[in-house]
Amino acid sequence: MTEVVFYILAGFAVLSAIACILQRNPVASAMWLVGTMFALAGIYVLLNAQFIGAIQVLVYAGAIMVLFLFVIMLLNLTNDAGDLRGWPTRLIGAGLVVAIVVPLLTLGRYTPHRLASEVTAAAGFGDPAVALPGGQAALAATVDKGVVGAMAVPLFQQYLVPFEITSILLLTAAVGAVVLAKRKL
Amino acid sequence: MLLGPSLTLSAILFAIGVFGVLIRRNAIVLFMCIELMLNAVNLTFVALAQYHGLSGQVLVFFVMTVAAAEAAVGLAIILSVFRHKQSVDLKYINLLRG
Repeated sequence: MTEVVFYILAGFAVLSAIACILQRNPVASAMWLVGTMFALAGIYVLLNAQFIGAIQVLVYAGAIMVLFLFVIMLLNLTNDAGDLRGWPTRLIGAGLVVAIVVPLLTLGRYTPHRLASEVTAAAGFGDPAVALPGGQAALAATVDKGVVGAMAVPLFQQYLVPFEITSILLLTAAVGAVVLAKRKL
Repeated sequence: MLLGPSLTLSAILFAIGVFGVLIRRNAIVLFMCIELMLNAVNLTFVALAQYHGLSGQVLVFFVMTVAAAEAAVGLAIILSVFRHKQSVDLKYINLLRG
């Protein structure tokens, strides 16, 4: 059942991503990208990351894509026939993409057992529950503290300094965006 | 659970994003393709976080933050370039050419 839902969502994600890069109208592109993000949010829920799924919808599909749509609206962009590059570039791009994706597709053969045996560096002897205790610990923490509480512990203990640096990054980005978008520097 | 399929989907989405960056000339759509690639990487993090613990999900958090900051600054740059050139076509964005 989970796998059926996964494959439906995955197919929708891939199709809407393709539609996103091939649509000439930027607004349609943005809407297809929102579709991809919703499908990915569903997949995150299937992968036991419910909070990330919610954040994906709120921040990505909600905030970032609205920002994109606002800019498209402000610039009053319309369909532009010259937007897609010509066939030589497309063919070179397709070749490059195939060269990238074919090695990556071997990742699809990864199973938890293979991952565990590579982590323990003992081929064939990997028990995922033993070699990778983090997954079980994460599930236990989720049961114990709830979905958000389990994530809050590493975020505010192990990753506290990166978290604070992130706030400086956001402040810098906000100030920078205001300065850049001003009419006169 | 679903580790291999997730990694495959992530690779495919990343490739679509790269292809979009290569074939489009509209700077805004280019940014959307970059967001697509970031999403693909997030999917990898979440898929592996099932086995490596919650650090992967925390990293997805940071990726989303950086993506939001990047989108804000990038779109502001696009706005100011549009004011200068009346276009967001990459053909005309050559201000740094010597």
